[in-house]
Amino acid sequence: MTSRLTPENTPSIAAAAAAVEADGRRRIEAAADLAALREVERTVVGKRSELARLHTRLARLAPEERRDAGAVIHDARTRLQEQLGRRAAALDAEERARRVAEERLDLTEISTHAWLPRRGHLHLVTQTREELEDTFVAMGFAVAEGPEAETDWYNFQALNMPPAHPARGMWDTLYLRLGEPGQVLLRTHTSPVQVRLMESREPPIYAVMPGRCYRRDTPDARHTPVFHQIEGLVVDRGITFGDLAGTIEAFTGAYFGAGIHSRLRPSYFPFTEPSAEFEVTCPICAGEGCRTCSGSGWIELGGCGMVDPNVFEAVGVDAEVYSGFAFGFGIDRLAQVRAGLSDMRVLLDNDVRFLTQF
Amino acid sequence: MRAPLSWLRDYAPLEAPVDDLAATLSALGLVVEGVHHVGGGLGGVVVSKVLGIRRHPDADRIRLVDVDAGNGEVAQIVCGAWNFAEGDLVPLARVGAVLPGGMEISRRKMRGEWSDGMLCSASELDIPEPPGSADGTGPGLMILPRGLAEPGAPLADALELGPDVVFDLDVSSNRPDALCMAGVARDLAAALGEPWAALSSGSVLPPVDRSVGVAPITVEAGDLCPRFVGTVFEDVPLGASPAWIARRLTLAGMRPISAVVDVSNYVMLDVGQPNHAYDLDRLGGGGILVRRGAPGEILETLDGVSRTLGPEDCVICDATGGAVGVGGIMGGASAEIGPGTTRVLLETAWFQPMAIARTGSRLGLHSEARVRFERGVDPEVAPWAVERFAALLAAVAPAASGGRTLRRGPSSDVRDDAHMPAPAVVRVRTARVNAILGTDLDDGDVAGLLGPIGFRAEAPEPGVHAVTVPSWRLDSAREIDVIEEVARLWGYGRIERTVPAARGGSGGLTGRQRDRRFVRQALAGAGFDEAWTSTFLAPGDLERAGLDPAAVEVENPLDRSESILRTALLPGLLKAVKFNMDRQGVDVRLFEVGTVFFLPGEGRVTPEEVEHVAAIVGPGPATEGAGAVRGGAGGAGGAGAVRAAVLAWSYLAEALGISGVSLSAAAVPGMHPSRAANIVAGDGALIGAVGEVAPEVRAAYGLGGRVGYLTASLDALLGVARRRRQARDVSRFPGSDVDLAFVVDERVPAAAVLATLREAGGELLEAASLFDVFRGGQVGTGRRSLAFRLRFRASDRTLAEGEIAAARQREIDAVTAAHGAELRG
Ligand SMILES: [Zn+2]
Repeated sequence: MTSRLTPENTPSIAAAAAAVEADGRRRIEAAADLAALREVERTVVGKRSELARLHTRLARLAPEERRDAGAVIHDARTRLQEQLGRRAAALDAEERARRVAEERLDLTEISTHAWLPRRGHLHLVTQTREELEDTFVAMGFAVAEGPEAETDWYNFQALNMPPAHPARGMWDTLYLRLGEPGQVLLRTHTSPVQVRLMESREPPIYAVMPGRCYRRDTPDARHTPVFHQIEGLVVDRGITFGDLAGTIEAFTGAYFGAGIHSRLRPSYFPFTEPSAEFEVTCPICAGEGCRTCSGSGWIELGGCGMVDPNVFEAVGVDAEVYSGFAFGFGIDRLAQVRAGLSDMRVLLDNDVRFLTQF
Repeated sequence: MRAPLSWLRDYAPLEAPVDDLAATLSALGLVVEGVHHVGGGLGGVVVSKVLGIRRHPDADRIRLVDVDAGNGEVAQIVCGAWNFAEGDLVPLARVGAVLPGGMEISRRKMRGEWSDGMLCSASELDIPEPPGSADGTGPGLMILPRGLAEPGAPLADALELGPDVVFDLDVSSNRPDALCMAGVARDLAAALGEPWAALSSGSVLPPVDRSVGVAPITVEAGDLCPRFVGTVFEDVPLGASPAWIARRLTLAGMRPISAVVDVSNYVMLDVGQPNHAYDLDRLGGGGILVRRGAPGEILETLDGVSRTLGPEDCVICDATGGAVGVGGIMGGASAEIGPGTTRVLLETAWFQPMAIARTGSRLGLHSEARVRFERGVDPEVAPWAVERFAALLAAVAPAASGGRTLRRGPSSDVRDDAHMPAPAVVRVRTARVNAILGTDLDDGDVAGLLGPIGFRAEAPEPGVHAVTVPSWRLDSAREIDVIEEVARLWGYGRIERTVPAARGGSGGLTGRQRDRRFVRQALAGAGFDEAWTSTFLAPGDLERAGLDPAAVEVENPLDRSESILRTALLPGLLKAVKFNMDRQGVDVRLFEVGTVFFLPGEGRVTPEEVEHVAAIVGPGPATEGAGAVRGGAGGAGGAGAVRAAVLAWSYLAEALGISGVSLSAAAVPGMHPSRAANIVAGDGALIGAVGEVAPEVRAAYGLGGRVGYLTASLDALLGVARRRRQARDVSRFPGSDVDLAFVVDERVPAAAVLATLREAGGELLEAASLFDVFRGGQVGTGRRSLAFRLRFRASDRTLAEGEIAAARQREIDAVTAAHGAELRG
């Protein structure tokens, strides 16, 4: 086609360029997607495009005309390329929008799905025990443990309860069919660990002793025959009842938070003297009075007292050199108060509907 | 112990506000469990008489009661109580009355029937219930004594219920002295700084009349009954007590019966001396013999029960040796006083506390006397009790004697001082008091606190007291006991609170305690919920779980189903899964860390205790599926549960960073014979087991679907070598992945092949894992294809093609040689 030697001039080339540009514009606008646009680009401004062919015709022009005609073609190409760029941007935006619409995902379909991997839960009693341990550890206490099955000596005799001591009646004991009748039992409190600790270690002793205990009690809303207790023991030179009261108060504030206080009142335990019961401000109503505390504003938490000299004697600690205090309370009972359990027996059911609440 | 304030005021003024009195009692250790304001707020409550009881036409649990409300007025009351009958006198709260609890009574319709007021229980009127009337079967009306008053009489007048306050006290077992009004008042007065004075009997007390004579008292068992005081009273009053005595007894929780019985009870509550009044004319020989029981001797006690006695028991007999009571616990029926009694022998004795405790618990016999004697009655209170008895009986006489004059004989006091507690004199150092309490008291403070409660402190030298303990405080015999009294009277709340400066720096958790927490957190992180199953199992539980039945037995279980100590966590966890499955539990996964018990080892008496950790995967849609193991061996399928258990183990092992531990297929008790493995440490020590619970075991526990289980000894687990916390450089050079599939026999563990690959791979092998298992097709029966992905990488260079090819060939050669494997093309 190009071999035809028709005379050329600037106007004829300009006219041809205008026609090519107009055609190119139409085709660019008509491109439906980026792939089509790339094809259009090739045919409109590519090496084999009409515009490129037009360029070859410049050779036939007189040199003085060549520059003007070249400028005409160049301008047309520039305009087409600009339009291609705009069209590409528009098509790109459209395509992005379409893709975004296609990929829409309701994340709550995932978050609410039954088979989402689940986390397990630590038992309420474990959580309570660990919180208590951490509180006492921060106060400088170690955590000690001991066997759940004990001899009569560790559970009673070393704790100032010789055989037939009436105070033994305070605990209904489960005995094991081992040794002499009445010799081996399931510990009724964590106090035997105190005895073991004092036997095995020289003072100073600052320790808490959490663990499982057993009593031959018919289960009810506030008691289970298997339960958990935490006990504390401090033996050192110069330990006083004031230290006991101060330690209980420091624990109360650290564990329950500001505004919760403690008070002691005389009580009786064979292994401590003076003995006390300790109460804390009801954490449910902050002392205002509620159902949990029977309107008194106080919750009875546990027992405490100065280690009885007879206990020191049993374990070979010189009561004239050392003094000490002990305290103890129920972990389950505390968990019951704090979590508002109406019935303690749920702790032994292991119902996952309960376990997963904590 | 119920203490009416008016009664306490016989001994001290006690004029402080009631709230202060209650707070003081609690601070003394006489803990106030309730404060009842009685006699107030009973306006509008009258005595009424039940005329008839009719069915409610429209309700089963409530009835219509017609009562005589006074002046012939008949009122219809709707009532839900069932403990009364026609003719009974009951309290009626009339329309408009406001009960002590604040409830206002209005005329209202109940299920369509009008109720013109309300019939009341004792608790609704805040009147302490006489014992026996509240039998625990439900709310009941207060039944008033017959002939108390005419219908319509105000109840407060009829019961002589002037306003009073009753303290409900919880008295600890070391304080028998506070089981009487005089004792409670003594503590209270001392704490309030008020004077305490024993009541003066004054002119009321009848003089000793020698003409009455002395009943012969012989004590053969002086060790059991070291003191017996007998006093004869003649022409005792008959009939009922005056209202004031009846009312005090009622407020204190005892039922009035007759003048002599009431006075006897009154004296016990007043001064703490349990006592017994015998009909002298019914005592053979007119006297008393105290002896040990004969083996097999039988006595019918007042409660109508025949008791078998023995030589350990102290028996009260008449002079002819016929038993008339169990000493210090309960009288017998034979010499009981009755309506015709005119001559009484009063027993005011002291019994050995331990003997009383033994006999009481052996006979299962509870009484007010036993409670006091076994805790320790004041051995010196008997003469005072006799005086109180005489004075009260004389005071009662005009109302109840029918004109006769009470006469009182001399007391016969038989005592065996060798068996009586001697009054203790305790050396108390003021410095010791302060050292124990953290106080700053001086000698005068100490003596001043002790004096008002009867502890007489003399000071032989500065800083030291010789404290004579009063006879009513047998619990106090050592310096520390007296220090407790100082603390109590000083006030626990006044002792300055200090915190000891913990020395020794031994606080914190042990490594084992931290690791145990970590085990719990890892298993919870793996999706298991923590359970606390019971320590107790039922007989047969272990056998049903396929385990050795040898276990420690409980001697006195509450229930047979709790008579064995667990030797494994499996039975408890199976029960817990079953419990949840029965409640539509889905995908139940539980774990537990707890102690198990084995029979004692040689030369030991206590069980061997081992802490176990176990996890269980319950049946469910998520676990019945194939899991990762396609088809399972022999195409059995259903590997989801066991897979979850093995995953739990792998997760735990990785979390703890333990190394050198392997799973070794084995027959494990309670587990599926071909789906269980022991967990074995590098040194061959057994750590635990993992696998699927045997089909017959889960069936025995009522579980229909497959159950996965993991168990380990905590100590063994934590004793295994752990990954060192030591950093290793990661290579900057690219690695190359090589996949190799081997066909091996079903009995070759994948872990063994992997171990061979790791060994042969050497330093260049960065990672290796099993990614596919294929059975069937050309693989052939009894064999399966295991596909592994290996990643080779060097720390200092990019591996050359030739190096990778050489490494690949080493792996193939090693596995082929070690496991008879074929490379799958
Ligand atoms: Zn409260």
